[in-house]
Amino acid sequence: MKLTVNGVPRDVQVAPLRRLLDLLREDLKLTGTKEGCGEGECGACSVLIDGELVNSCLVAACQVEGAQVLTVEGVAADGQLTPLQRIFVERGGSQCGICTPGMIVAAHRFLSSGQPATNENVREAIAGNLCRCTGYTKIVEAIQLAAGEQLASPEPSGRR
Amino acid sequence: MTIPVTSAKTLRDAYAVLAEQPRGLRVLAGGTDLMVAINARVRLDQIGHVLDVWRVDELRGVSVREGVLSLGALTTYTEMMRSPVVREHLPALALVSREVGAWAIQNRGTLGGNVCNASPAGDTLPVLLAGEARFVLGGPRGERKVPADQFFLSYRKTALGADELLLRVEVPLGGRLVYRKVGTRKAQSVSRTFVAVCKNGAAVRIAAGCVAPIPLRCRKAEAAAEQGVGVRAALAKDIAPVDDIRATAVYRSRVTGNVLLRLLEGLAA
Repeated sequence: MKLTVNGVPRDVQVAPLRRLLDLLREDLKLTGTKEGCGEGECGACSVLIDGELVNSCLVAACQVEGAQVLTVEGVAADGQLTPLQRIFVERGGSQCGICTPGMIVAAHRFLSSGQPATNENVREAIAGNLCRCTGYTKIVEAIQLAAGEQLASPEPSGRR
Repeated sequence: MTIPVTSAKTLRDAYAVLAEQPRGLRVLAGGTDLMVAINARVRLDQIGHVLDVWRVDELRGVSVREGVLSLGALTTYTEMMRSPVVREHLPALALVSREVGAWAIQNRGTLGGNVCNASPAGDTLPVLLAGEARFVLGGPRGERKVPADQFFLSYRKTALGADELLLRVEVPLGGRLVYRKVGTRKAQSVSRTFVAVCKNGAAVRIAAGCVAPIPLRCRKAEAAAEQGVGVRAALAKDIAPVDDIRATAVYRSRVTGNVLLRLLEGLAA
């Protein structure tokens, strides 16, 4: 079946109930997306399907035929980190790193939603992404700073 | 073992599978329940065939006609939260959708999935029961409507036939519907108890979750509430809570009564 991953058309042979997570990590070797709980609680496997945030461990391969999938590997444009990613690095938004790809994808989706980056809105947007280091303060700060930069810059940065 | 899968694009595709009545048929929508079970290999041998209906657009859409709110079975929590129609006509359903899971779950989890999964802890179910919703079931033999309080038969068993699919949920509008979800935190946790009340003139409809093997209408409590006496004692006769990992039966009895009285007070004010 065909699908598009990070803007690249892909043609894959896959069992219909294979998890999108395994399709990405094992078949397409896009290992940025992580597996945490495997039951939709932790958000480590967050990706976007047609622009909407999902847990890739709960999506069957047969449900993404013809879809546009965005993983953490596709967030940066032209090899350049987005402001969100750069600020995550600078402000210590990443500690052990297991939640980071999912956090980046969820935060990337939040920044494209047009919602004001209030503390409450940001926390609700990443409520499905658990950080086992409990480094939420730095993560929320980084997202809010990135939202501020996005507002200040004329170009809508990092949107796809 | 490979489970055969049919990805239906239309209702006709889906009905063709239903007509065969394959053994162990499971319907896949957003996957927030079924994929969890498949990933954990829970009773995998009992799944004989998966019918994927996620792309069946005939199962989508929200509308109001002649005082009835109609919600396609594939309506997601995100759609219920955002839909101006749901927010205007049945705000309780929009509000409760916001308390189920986080964004990623709300984008995939569906109203029809919540109904057919038939968990006693399904958060939309007491709302639908108190609102006297009807479930429209369809299959190769035709369509029929089942009132919500006749749909849940026993623990996770429903009135859905082997060759039937939930098409949509209809809720007659009127009255004021309020609810209270009690979990370990405000949102995004499985409920310990859940109460919904709909008041329409003198009539009171009460439903509760997590206090019996099925989500249930509390008819004795309704009669007591309409007379204004003995609500807590009547409710105790409706519900049959148990001890489990999330709460004790004693906690559930007391808190369900407290929450119901509070909701009734709010509606009377």
